[in-house]
Amino acid sequence: MNKFCYVQAASVDAALAQIGAGPDSSTAAGIGKFIAGGTNLIDLMKENVMRPARLIDINALALGGIEAMPDGGVRLGALARNADTAHHPLVAGGYPLLSAAILAGASPQIRNMASNGGNLLQRTRCYYFYDTGVPCNKREPGSGCPAAGGLARQLAILGASDQCVATHPSDMCVALSALDAVVQVQSQSGSRAIAFADFHRLPGDRPDIDTTLAPGELITHIELPLAERFRAHSAYLKFRDRASYAFALVSVAAALDVGADGRIRAARIAIGGVAHKPWRDTQAEALLAGELPGTASFGPAADRLLVGARGAGVGPGSNAFKIPMARRAVVRALETALRGTVATTGESKDQEKRP
Amino acid sequence: MVDIPPAAMAGPSQHTIELRINGKACRAEIESCVSLLDLLRDRLGLTGTKKGCDHGQCGACTVLVEGRRINSCLTLAVMQNGRDITTVEGLAPLEVGAALHPLQQAFIDHDAFQCGYCTPGQLCSAVGLMNEGHAKNADDVRELMSGNICRCGAYPQIVQAVCEVALGGAQPGAVRPVIVGTVPA
Repeated sequence: MNKFCYVQAASVDAALAQIGAGPDSSTAAGIGKFIAGGTNLIDLMKENVMRPARLIDINALALGGIEAMPDGGVRLGALARNADTAHHPLVAGGYPLLSAAILAGASPQIRNMASNGGNLLQRTRCYYFYDTGVPCNKREPGSGCPAAGGLARQLAILGASDQCVATHPSDMCVALSALDAVVQVQSQSGSRAIAFADFHRLPGDRPDIDTTLAPGELITHIELPLAERFRAHSAYLKFRDRASYAFALVSVAAALDVGADGRIRAARIAIGGVAHKPWRDTQAEALLAGELPGTASFGPAADRLLVGARGAGVGPGSNAFKIPMARRAVVRALETALRGTVATTGESKDQEKRP
Repeated sequence: MVDIPPAAMAGPSQHTIELRINGKACRAEIESCVSLLDLLRDRLGLTGTKKGCDHGQCGACTVLVEGRRINSCLTLAVMQNGRDITTVEGLAPLEVGAALHPLQQAFIDHDAFQCGYCTPGQLCSAVGLMNEGHAKNADDVRELMSGNICRCGAYPQIVQAVCEVALGGAQPGAVRPVIVGTVPA
């Protein structure tokens, strides 16, 4: 780990003043970083993947609340912990999809530490990004990407570029994408709202930039618009190499608004583990509007979502299997959502009955 | 708030922190980069808490901060200034003849370890699980203990031990009696 200066900020204004005030703020390696839970940043610093000259501890900021908004939505403080968010009555009751997605991610210890803002800003878990002994265009722009021709099991099948096949590893963000969340950010020049679909970016020719957050901006809140119409029919389905505590190979956040006539009024589908950001296609969702729910309508929507999917990696590192897996996961998540709100990990819950 | 001398602004900063560890007040002078785990083990001699992977993947470093379980390898000691921390050494009185924590006793009763390296983390994690109050059955216990790896594979016994204490004796998972000293087939 590099030597760094640690400071605490007592208020949002103080934090914003401090983020630009470090000794080496003009260089990428030396720029200051906010730290909240630290579960990803400290790990990356131990690996020398990130080397901030200055850490600004924002845990004392009054951004830990979870509260109802006047229009019926819910506002999540950026510093509220993942575990507290998932179990908060406003979230567990009004947004079971988000609750299920958060609880499908990481471990209880990490969920106790990790902040909501930090969850959005976590970096990819691509092996090559973490290994400073090999090239990586995300870590060192222009150095190359061994992942595309290597071990890509955890990596992208959609939206990748010839420079980067990284995936965003969050479960929480897949649900936030499906729920049309809004990210509220603040800087010394003011505040702005970023639609969740615009918050994370595709790698393109700048894979070193994960999000549209500008330097010096701080996430203050995440707003959830009212989602009552989806509450009865939502599901988070996660496929992974272990029953628990593993990143998704493919995950799906699915939500249906089903009318009294049994037809779908609106659908939301976001796929995790397959791209540099949670993958949504509103045209795929539009295909479902007015349709009767079922395999006959879910299949074409899944096909539409996966248009352009392409495998990466070679041999046992190939991730081409994720293309049919993602299609089936979308259909199954929609079927699960149709039956009612279920938090599912894809694992049987009757292990007790097995011999 | 931690005071930073102006001279420290250009490089690694030094900090004086005060913690309460296993009920005792503790003061330490540390550099910014010292993890809570390294403070406990290397500076304070509390080596019950183990360093397994040092990346938050194994759970051997689990401790309780204000009663909540966290990975002590993934937080800076300076970030925990002023907090109340419990390590495995603080679960039961460190006196000859004193009763063990019920979870410690259950781990012995159920033979819930072989090498024992993961055990301090398993114990602190299980205390955290009980404090959280979300485990209702053995499947919940499995899921909510998934942040703690046991490479010896004592999982069936760990689940039984945690279920016995956390679920008040209701043990949907205890389908086989444990014979201490044997390896379950």
